[in-house]
Amino acid sequence: MKAQRGTPSHVRRRVLKAAAASAALSTLGFPAIVRAQATRLKVGVLLPRSGVQALIGQSCQKGADLAPGVLKDVLGVDIELMNADTESNADIARTRAERLVQEGANVLVGAFDSGHTAAIAQVAEQRGVPLVINIAAAPQITEQGYKFVFRNFPTAPDLVRNGLALMGEIFRTTNTAPRTAVFMHVNDTFGQAMAKGISFTLPRLDFLPFKVVDTIPYDPAAKDLTVEVSKAKASNADFLMIVCRLNDAIVMRREMVKQRWNPMGIISPGSPGLYEEQYSKALGRYADYAICNTVWYNPKSDMTKTVERAFKKLNPKDELYFHGTNVGYTYDAIMIAADAFRRSRSTDPKTLADAIRQTDIPVANRMSLGGPIRFNPKGQVEGNLSAAIQNLKGKPTVTLPAEFAEAKVIFPSPDFKRA
Amino acid sequence: MSGRAAMLLAALAAALVALPAVANSYVLSVATLILYLAFTGQAWNVMTGFAGQLSLGHSLYVGVAAYVAGGLFFHYGVGPWAGLWLAMLVCMLLGAAIGFLAFRFGISGVYFALLTIAFAEFTRIGFDHLAWTGGPGGMFLKVAQRDQIDLVHFRGPPAMYYYAMLACTAGAFALCAWLLRSRAGYYWQAIRENEEAAQALGINIFRWKMLAMILSSAMTAVAGVFFAFYYNNLFPEQIFNISRSIEIILGPIIGGVGTLFGPILGAAVLTVLSDAITELLAHYGWEIPGIKQVFYGLVLLAVIVFLPHGIWPVVARRLGVDR
Amino acid sequence: MPWDLVANVVIAGVLTGLVYGLMALGLSVIFGVVRVVNFAHGEMMTIAMYAAVVLFAALGLDPFLAIVPVAGAFFALGYAMQAALINPFITRPEHSQFMLLLAVAIIMVNGLLMIFGPDARNVQTEYQLESFELGALLFDEGRVYAAGAALAATGLLFAFFRFTLTGKAIRACADNYLGAKVVGLDVKHLYALTFGLGSACVAVAGCAMAVLLEVTPALGPGYTLLAFVIVIVGGLGSMGGALVGGVLIGVSEALAGLFIAPSAKSMFSFGLLILVLLLRPQGLLGRKG
Repeated sequence: MKAQRGTPSHVRRRVLKAAAASAALSTLGFPAIVRAQATRLKVGVLLPRSGVQALIGQSCQKGADLAPGVLKDVLGVDIELMNADTESNADIARTRAERLVQEGANVLVGAFDSGHTAAIAQVAEQRGVPLVINIAAAPQITEQGYKFVFRNFPTAPDLVRNGLALMGEIFRTTNTAPRTAVFMHVNDTFGQAMAKGISFTLPRLDFLPFKVVDTIPYDPAAKDLTVEVSKAKASNADFLMIVCRLNDAIVMRREMVKQRWNPMGIISPGSPGLYEEQYSKALGRYADYAICNTVWYNPKSDMTKTVERAFKKLNPKDELYFHGTNVGYTYDAIMIAADAFRRSRSTDPKTLADAIRQTDIPVANRMSLGGPIRFNPKGQVEGNLSAAIQNLKGKPTVTLPAEFAEAKVIFPSPDFKRA
Repeated sequence: MSGRAAMLLAALAAALVALPAVANSYVLSVATLILYLAFTGQAWNVMTGFAGQLSLGHSLYVGVAAYVAGGLFFHYGVGPWAGLWLAMLVCMLLGAAIGFLAFRFGISGVYFALLTIAFAEFTRIGFDHLAWTGGPGGMFLKVAQRDQIDLVHFRGPPAMYYYAMLACTAGAFALCAWLLRSRAGYYWQAIRENEEAAQALGINIFRWKMLAMILSSAMTAVAGVFFAFYYNNLFPEQIFNISRSIEIILGPIIGGVGTLFGPILGAAVLTVLSDAITELLAHYGWEIPGIKQVFYGLVLLAVIVFLPHGIWPVVARRLGVDR
Repeated sequence: MPWDLVANVVIAGVLTGLVYGLMALGLSVIFGVVRVVNFAHGEMMTIAMYAAVVLFAALGLDPFLAIVPVAGAFFALGYAMQAALINPFITRPEHSQFMLLLAVAIIMVNGLLMIFGPDARNVQTEYQLESFELGALLFDEGRVYAAGAALAATGLLFAFFRFTLTGKAIRACADNYLGAKVVGLDVKHLYALTFGLGSACVAVAGCAMAVLLEVTPALGPGYTLLAFVIVIVGGLGSMGGALVGGVLIGVSEALAGLFIAPSAKSMFSFGLLILVLLLRPQGLLGRKG
């Protein structure tokens, strides 16, 4: 601020002092005295781009990176992404969230891992900045009575219910009725939550023809699943029900081939792994026919088609169908924030939070599969659907529900040999 | 301590006490993390730096204490202050057990370190199968409110947690300073330098080693209880993980094992360094995943190669506070 | 429980155990002689695995053939690491050694992440999905070859230490450091040689493992820990001990998984480690002192 000629020295001194104070305050993080009119939304994106969850984090990031371009076209809003790497570590997730808020993020999106998301949720609630969760299945996160935490992703119990319901549909559509299943699950946070849900829900359902004859939990870090697969094979079950992650899914499938075990099929009620690119690349034709009932994008929605075009432009060597869950839900989380911004015309966090609470996005305008996006009083979206994703010719394909299907589901697998 | 050292210490203390008034929430969260690492590092320092027993499984005590206090709160509504005593007791018993086993069977050096790792890993997998603590699904503690300071339930604004950790760290510092000047400090030094000679002099090796183990585990237990009520969610995979054990020891090793200020300085330097590297890389647009940790590793390497006794001795000389 | 299930599990445990033993072999040699705690062991093996993957992708070289160039490269790498970096740390306290190799490990893991990304890589050979059949017994082909490589490498190393002059010199250093120096052995060179040999073993193990697993940057730490467990159980400095320890861990984990709970397999190994540390710290085949 230049003092003009002729200005009395005491005014000049005051002006200089104010400028100095303002500069000092901004280094400490206080907002500058004069705030410009908000025309763009600053979205803080927290994902594990390094560390053990790097693969999934980077996959989610692809959904984030294409969002600003698409949302400018579709909603006419300006989004500025502030990307932060949680490094697969809860402490860092927390401090990064604080930092993003400090640097002026109006809304936070993240963080894939339930533990990290819970830590970030506390920061969001404390600072009064809305958090839109892209992926995190632990039900407790939306049971804490938070006012600033919103989740558009099913909880583990929802995933289980939808996954099992889809199984019933698979058997109905293919006119099969397997009597027994062996259930293998990875023994980590996610796998255990799913296992609990299944053991609770399954006996209460009457539309499923099978019983679980053996449950085999395994260590997620295990590189050798010989024992587990041997046990599963010895159970003589009709099909394999599995909750897994990518690397163990590959080891498992290989082991099945080596031990010459060909059940009717491999069906997951909801987990990553089976539909991922590496699974198909590593196993070639052995990857086919595995079915994963999981949240996915809606292949018939206009929003999905728009996003797919943007994805192809940014990732010419990649395919959207290998990132169905990650990109679909991460994009939708940012879209929810953008939509709230469009309606509220303000970047004030409290106003945004209220606007998010009023969200009502119809099916055609959302990428992820489900009903209209509406938040219940706990900040949770109900009605997100799973789809039966089957690997057909190396491509994860939506086979159910019928109205969104890209191909017919094949069960039992052609490799099936009765023991 | 010299007049100059006392003045510097007082200045540091004043700055730390005044911090929440001037710092923004992000700086406060980083400061709380630094103090947490400083405190646990100081606790570890007692076992390894003072008594010479390299522990690479200290996350065991953090985790057990967190789960004991957290579990009591989750299942029975027992507040953290009551839970703290039980958590400390359990950890002291654990530390004593491991110390006893090690001593009885003559395990030291690398073998002792591996023993501590084995116990931590064993417990991690064990808790993954324990239903009472929620298994791998984790335990979520209910957070009632965060605006008023509720010391009874240890809930409140971030500044409250900061001051709690500051008090712990200051207390640990005072305790260690007192111990180093007491008989215990001299005996520990003797044991560390030459165990056989110390024994020949009539020092009861067993008693003093056990004291170090019990003290260290008790202090770490306090950190564990803090952790439970600060983060409010516990997963065996994360809290007992070997990476947490490593995180605890980085500060003291870089700062200076066996020194009084080493753990605190090390924790501060490393945390600030970690953030600084991230910011610097972001500024230059070099955001390739993994590059930050490579730089971080290079700095660690440089420090350990060129400053084998840690940073503190160098800093102390510069400040003129070393004796 | 059907007998063929148990038999197959035990066979797989033995084969896997031999490969684990191969991995631990390098560590045993290094630790037994140089007395340095190589906490970057698993990470070095991961680098070897990536080397095998890259050679396969670029030249179509089968990992077992890639052993020759990769082991050679690792020998040089190990020699350089010891001579240039690690040597001053032999007399320093354990936590310093630990810190040094931890820093090296961090750089290695994240360097791999930077270069290769987090995607899992693998080789695709024909025999990976094949098994030899003997009645109801199945022998996984890939594992059989890997076990074969393990035995061959152990045999070679054993012959080296037993029958060559250099090998005897190295054993002398391990037995009596001061005496070796007095006698005029170039201890520094011999230590570096040993580290190089240990690294070459790791390279062999890595190439063999590349056939069995998906390679990601994060594999390292788990294998470092496993290698230490095996070396302690089997006995420091004993090559046979590394293999025996490996097989013991492999079989006991397999049986524990079969009869108790598969997810608690590792718990069993750590429990075994604790027992061995307490009751017989020199390991099964190690010498006391």
